[in-house]
Amino acid sequence: MNSAMTDFSIIGKPTAMVDAAGKTTGGGKYADDLSVPGMLIGKILHSPYPHARIKGIDTSRAEKLDGVVAVAIGKDAPNPFGILPVGHDEHALALDKVRYVGDNVACVVAVSEAIAEKALELIDVEYELLPAYFDPEESMKAESDLIHDHKPHNIEKDYHHVFGDPEKGFAEADHIAEARFIANEVTHAAMEPHCTLASFELDPHTGKLGRLTVQSSTQVPYYLQHKLSLVLEMPMQQIRVIKPLVGGGFGGKSEVIPLEIIAAIAARKAKAPVKITYTREEVFWAHRGRPRTIVDLKTGVKHDGRITAVKALVVQDGGAYCSYGVVTILYSGALLGALYDIPNIQYDGYRVLTNKPACGAMRGHGTVNVRFAFESQLDELAQKIGMDPAEIRLRNLLKPPCITVNSLRVQSYGLPECIERTVERSGWKRRKGKLPRGRGLGVACSHYVSGAANSIIRSDMPHSTVNIKIDRDGGVVVYTGASEIGQGSDTMTAQIAAEALGCSLERVRVIAADTDLTPIDIGSYSSRVTFMAGNATLRAAEEVRKMIAAAAAKKMDCAAEDLVFREDVVFKKGSALPIAKRDQLEEVEITQSGASVSGRVEGQILRGSLQQKRKEEGPKEWMTFEEAVVAAIDFHGALTGTGSYAPPPEARGGKHKGAGVGPSPAYSYSAQVAEVSVDEETGEVTVHKVWAAHDCGRALNPVAVEGQIIGSVWMGMGQALTEEMVWKDGMLMNAGLLEYRSPSSVESPEIEPIIVESVDPEGPFGAKECSEGSLAATIPAIANAIHDAVGVRLHESPFTPERVLAALRAKKKQKALNLAEGVDLTSPARFREHGGALWFKGKGPERHPLDPARHEMPAGGAD
Amino acid sequence: MKKELIELKVNGRTHELAIEPNALLLDVLRRDLGLTGSKRGCDESSCGACTVLINGIAMLSCALLAASCEGQEITTIEGVSEHGSLAVIQKAYGDWGGAQCGYCTPGFIMTVKSLLRENPDPSKEDVRNALSSNLCRCTGYNQMYEAIRAAVAAERAGMAAKS
Repeated sequence: MNSAMTDFSIIGKPTAMVDAAGKTTGGGKYADDLSVPGMLIGKILHSPYPHARIKGIDTSRAEKLDGVVAVAIGKDAPNPFGILPVGHDEHALALDKVRYVGDNVACVVAVSEAIAEKALELIDVEYELLPAYFDPEESMKAESDLIHDHKPHNIEKDYHHVFGDPEKGFAEADHIAEARFIANEVTHAAMEPHCTLASFELDPHTGKLGRLTVQSSTQVPYYLQHKLSLVLEMPMQQIRVIKPLVGGGFGGKSEVIPLEIIAAIAARKAKAPVKITYTREEVFWAHRGRPRTIVDLKTGVKHDGRITAVKALVVQDGGAYCSYGVVTILYSGALLGALYDIPNIQYDGYRVLTNKPACGAMRGHGTVNVRFAFESQLDELAQKIGMDPAEIRLRNLLKPPCITVNSLRVQSYGLPECIERTVERSGWKRRKGKLPRGRGLGVACSHYVSGAANSIIRSDMPHSTVNIKIDRDGGVVVYTGASEIGQGSDTMTAQIAAEALGCSLERVRVIAADTDLTPIDIGSYSSRVTFMAGNATLRAAEEVRKMIAAAAAKKMDCAAEDLVFREDVVFKKGSALPIAKRDQLEEVEITQSGASVSGRVEGQILRGSLQQKRKEEGPKEWMTFEEAVVAAIDFHGALTGTGSYAPPPEARGGKHKGAGVGPSPAYSYSAQVAEVSVDEETGEVTVHKVWAAHDCGRALNPVAVEGQIIGSVWMGMGQALTEEMVWKDGMLMNAGLLEYRSPSSVESPEIEPIIVESVDPEGPFGAKECSEGSLAATIPAIANAIHDAVGVRLHESPFTPERVLAALRAKKKQKALNLAEGVDLTSPARFREHGGALWFKGKGPERHPLDPARHEMPAGGAD
Repeated sequence: MKKELIELKVNGRTHELAIEPNALLLDVLRRDLGLTGSKRGCDESSCGACTVLINGIAMLSCALLAASCEGQEITTIEGVSEHGSLAVIQKAYGDWGGAQCGYCTPGFIMTVKSLLRENPDPSKEDVRNALSSNLCRCTGYNQMYEAIRAAVAAERAGMAAKS
């Protein structure tokens, strides 16, 4: 169908988001904009220590404060939870231990925020300090005082995969490169701080607290409903989760964040609706971002550029809880495959626990940091064998359809075109190597899944289900559990429904992400919505269209298969539609508005004499969408349809341990060229422009696709140049948007998105993901451009002036600048590299005498 | 803290309010007046999501005492739509992808309003500099520039048509 059907009336046209007006007028409601009568405010008491046992909590002083309604603590809801079935290691409020500075200890519910804050100071918690672990490689040596008793050596999970014969591959290589790359920790920093409003209804039969309604800033209402059910010990059908507008997620709202459950616990205890909104600092503590990742990478190539083998040892600093960690460490290995044809892969991955906020899923989940290492190393190897870096990538293409050595199925594959088009648009061949000193170009590629083929909940249920109903006035309502988080989910849903039904976009209303109204969908993450919820929408719409066609065919005296649905008209295939008939239609409408209306009739659209005339005409050559809908309702009795999507078994990957993560029904592809200049005096890097080609299968809404590509590249640039979470003994030193250095407009380059359409055989109208795949290529493209500009290869992100300058001086064999002069020597070495710009001179959190971080180190030494 | 009675003129309407003297304008707008279009994105005047116009000039409502705004003309995002329809800049932000998640959008639109008031025909560099007072995590700002350029062009075409 896809290759034949390229003439669309809705999709492929730049379309304003269906919810745009709510966002530009301030009328749209985000969770914190909501309030209900009698609503109280909740505030959370956080741990001031990175690792401590709770000996006792005394809330009596807080409870006595005027205006305080309730104080909730761990034992009010002691059931553990976690986003992964294998990782139920969190408690909404700490039971016996706190594991990071910022861990949740108690929640005060009061009539105002000010009173709640005052009451937090009146809660007395007695802690017994424990040694804490902040560096993953140190943490792995731990024998005692483990972060979680059931995780020896603080290792959350380790995987060891061998595909093909890596040793043989390296033996065959003509050149081998080996290096350690480090990508420091980054976080989503979505503009909307997390917020949850929870309220209970009284049950009319028991007279007690009954159904719970939670409105929350979540990417996955269904997971929240499930975890609430576990922790509150309530059946899921007693819990309604509604997602209002969400102010950005990027993965940070894709799992259940403690405040979402704490709000419900607090509402139950206070017997009143409770809203909790995180401060920006709390958002940083809640985190679940991209872990600091250490990648020891080895790659072998032949003289002709062919990759013979790759070996990666990856250690991730996962923070204090499992979160999505097991999935992250698996993605890091699995997505070594499916971009290039690599015959031999060895992967050893360690997800390690440390006493810092938990890391989780962030845009480009698991693949980004390893891709930075790999694409940098490939650049280095291209240089070694004297090959153009764009060419070496073209030498290692997959030949789809194929199954990779690690069992990933690849069908549509727009990578070659992505490389060709970025090379062409950036003037690569003409300009590479010919720019003035200090200015350079770099190329890199990346890819990403269009949703995971195996869901984390390990069941056979569909990943997406969509319902459609159409009423007699031709209004189409689509019910989907997919979550709009700014990426355009609702608009995509409306477009697919309108295209498939041949009606105008204005007819379609999308009701989304309300567990009482919408069927289960596993939410907005891993870039799954367009592919999976889109396919479910398409199937639901096709089912309804079939019903309409059956009825219309009778009225039009033809076979249902011979009907075409387009632009609010149903007509016979081959008839010279639309133009003539559209004119007629317009005439109809004009007559309508001009004529006196003689009462409401079928469909409530064609009225009076006109309606009568149409009826008397007998069998018709064409029908309006409303006429066809009315005919269908008369014929079938009701007009509703359902569609669901589950990835096909062929796409679900291999059988090895951990094979469930990585497979996807389709992969997106990206190739980018970055142009940078480097100030050799200061080490400052400026990105002038990024050309980013992205294979999204088919661009259903080009303006949205371009927005997603630009946004991904921009976020990758932030990680490449400025963004980094800086820690002192488990305390975050830069918990603010400016201190974290989220780039503003003046630090942001022009980004030229280039859409490549490979038309996937299984995607809805050929579409696949477009929101994450581009991020990973940006970091190495910038790193490679820096190398082109000044000849230094950076092995640690972000590429701050300090790091660039250090690399430049090392290259010139100049003495390293001691940027840490005057800095507190008790600070970790990693922090000292920052030159103390963010250094907090005072004492960090109190530490246990045996705490490894207490040992003083000379400046510049290792941790 | 004991409340005081103040009068605030917001979007052309005067409201009499009893507020704590230390109440921030942002909180009074959101909580007391129900004008939730102005957003709180940080707690430290760094993100610009709470930007409003005070006598036409873009200011951060999270860094203003409500009491200090008595007698001033306060315009929030709710006062931008004209006669019940989208203002040119609002329409352009929608059409050109200037808003994704939309949380920062009201603040940006107020900043742009303030810019265009002072400089009706800003250069690309002017726009870039002006927008640096606000942060966005979705768009990378590129599509906002397109939206602003389109809005400026549409305003000019509209003016030409009227004259």
